[in-house]
Amino acid sequence: MIDVSHDEAFYYLKKMMEIRQFEDKIMELLSQNIAQGGSHLYAGEEAVAVGAVAAIRPDDYIVSTHRGHGHCIAKGGKLPELMAEILGKATGVCRGKGGSLHLADVSTGNLGANGIVGGGMGIATGAALSVKMRKTDQVVLCFFGDGALNLGIFHECLNMAAVWKLPVVYICENNLYGMSVSVKRACAVQDLTKRALAYDMPSQAVDGMDVLAVKEATSRWVDYARGDKGPSLLICNTYRYYGHSRSDPRKYRTKEEEQQWRDRDPIKTFSQRCVKEGILSQTEVETLEKEVEAEIEQAVQFAIDSPWPQPEELCEDVYA
Amino acid sequence: MREITYRQALNEALAEEMERDPTVFIMGEDVAIYGGAYGVTRGLYERFGEERVRDTAISEAAIVGAGLGAAITGMRPVTEIMYVDFMGLCMDQLNNQVAKIRYMFGGKTKVPLVVRTQGGAGRTLGAHHSQSLESWFIHIPGIKVVMPSVPYDAKGLLKSSIREDNPILFIEHKMLYNTKGEVPEGEYTLPIGVADVKREGEDVTVVAYSRMLLFALEAAKELEQEGISIEVIDPRTLLPLDIDTIVNSVKKTNRAIIVEEDCKTGGTGAEIGMQIVENAFDYLDAPVVRVAGADVPMPKSPVLEELAIPSKERIIEAVKELVG
Repeated sequence: MIDVSHDEAFYYLKKMMEIRQFEDKIMELLSQNIAQGGSHLYAGEEAVAVGAVAAIRPDDYIVSTHRGHGHCIAKGGKLPELMAEILGKATGVCRGKGGSLHLADVSTGNLGANGIVGGGMGIATGAALSVKMRKTDQVVLCFFGDGALNLGIFHECLNMAAVWKLPVVYICENNLYGMSVSVKRACAVQDLTKRALAYDMPSQAVDGMDVLAVKEATSRWVDYARGDKGPSLLICNTYRYYGHSRSDPRKYRTKEEEQQWRDRDPIKTFSQRCVKEGILSQTEVETLEKEVEAEIEQAVQFAIDSPWPQPEELCEDVYA
Repeated sequence: MREITYRQALNEALAEEMERDPTVFIMGEDVAIYGGAYGVTRGLYERFGEERVRDTAISEAAIVGAGLGAAITGMRPVTEIMYVDFMGLCMDQLNNQVAKIRYMFGGKTKVPLVVRTQGGAGRTLGAHHSQSLESWFIHIPGIKVVMPSVPYDAKGLLKSSIREDNPILFIEHKMLYNTKGEVPEGEYTLPIGVADVKREGEDVTVVAYSRMLLFALEAAKELEQEGISIEVIDPRTLLPLDIDTIVNSVKKTNRAIIVEEDCKTGGTGAEIGMQIVENAFDYLDAPVVRVAGADVPMPKSPVLEELAIPSKERIIEAVKELVG
């Protein structure tokens, strides 16, 4: 038996479907040249963002990554504004100045995606310091990929957070590859939870394809952080279905490997479990999928119909 | 009026702002128990406690990065990077995160962050502890770069910087900490982005900032004896640059010299000089002149170090050549 209510299950499934369809749609828009530039897609990793964000409150913070659409959607970002931002439209959540790599909706406690690998780690650590100094009981979820594990700022921030016992959960989305270089070839230590030992910080690895497992593990470390016990490191093992970006031929991994992960698809497995255990009905799942499809279409239409930024906006927002 | 040192002026600014606003706090290497490598934060740890005066590990990227995170979530951090030479270790944080976050977010956040640091030659510390890197930073839209030369400006500008809702890189000079100047008792602030005419004159406009301002004023005194009158302008803030004050002076003197301690090539003087040309070309009787640092890593030997940066003598020489 899985321990989840109907409403929770419905919500998790809806959010995961939104992310999946959002990402599939962007791939389509990119190939039609309606979306320009690049985009790092989150398809395959939905259970991590949805499960982790389900464990926090609306007033808690998250810090996202270059593969950040999923985090934004999970944290309550509005699909039309996010889609418009990715197209560079004036109605975008960042007024068309951020784009895919800088999606941020501070009004939802999302302190932003980042074009620099590991670029959000300082921000997350500082937000946690601010929480501690302001004496609120908020927590920060700091998402980053396995590629960030070997950056200096990873070490600097985990150390700082541990020394000051800051309320932050460092969530490593281990999708096995930093662009093309595998964790096997990039990391000296293969058991990534061991990285926390250097900071005397607790850590745990979890199946990142299982939304409930991610939620449960995140809740544990969120409680730990809220209880003023300090930071933790959570490794979510997951997989990105698309390449690193649009131009990636995925020569560094096999079709078999891709299929093995797709067999464990977070949306398919979760919806099948829920149906099997009578938490959701098959009809509900199918209807939901259609509803999300319509929602995404509306978001795309909104984005396409939206105006471009005005020329005078170029020099606005550099300074307060 | 009372005279205090540049160091004391900065220390007073920090103490007053911490007293006034509980969200202001200090974070950096050796800022608490030690009181800062150059003593600027001395006594603040004892007065405000370890919560608000935070010693960190040697982690420049985390200091600036965490400063940013705290700044966008309700605090006003004053971070310290011990030497401007160490800014390379946190350049991604400053350039890619701190400076751009507001713009990338479409204006939906404010960044009330100060990064204090100090630079410059004069203590024969060699290539990793003596640089003048300000030209790196004036190329970064989104931050402001403040470089005070005298105690009065140091205090007023640091207080304004702490109250500012934009990120400020506040670059002090290691050779100025013990210099004294008049600073009134009590509260005052100075506007960021406004130059100050430190000495009025007729024959040449000399733009000089940070320690070079002192050299320019010394040169002015000697030149006065010889009947040459120079107008000395301290921009005080390099980004944004108060070009209007400089141009107004050039319109009067028709000649301009920029004195800068940083390397000449791609330096701050190139930018200031070009802005003079763009805005006052018709008023110039001669090309704009730069008295600048040599294009070399800073050498250790005191003899070579002195040669690597401008001096009073070089300024006098340049002025005479220009008016001669």
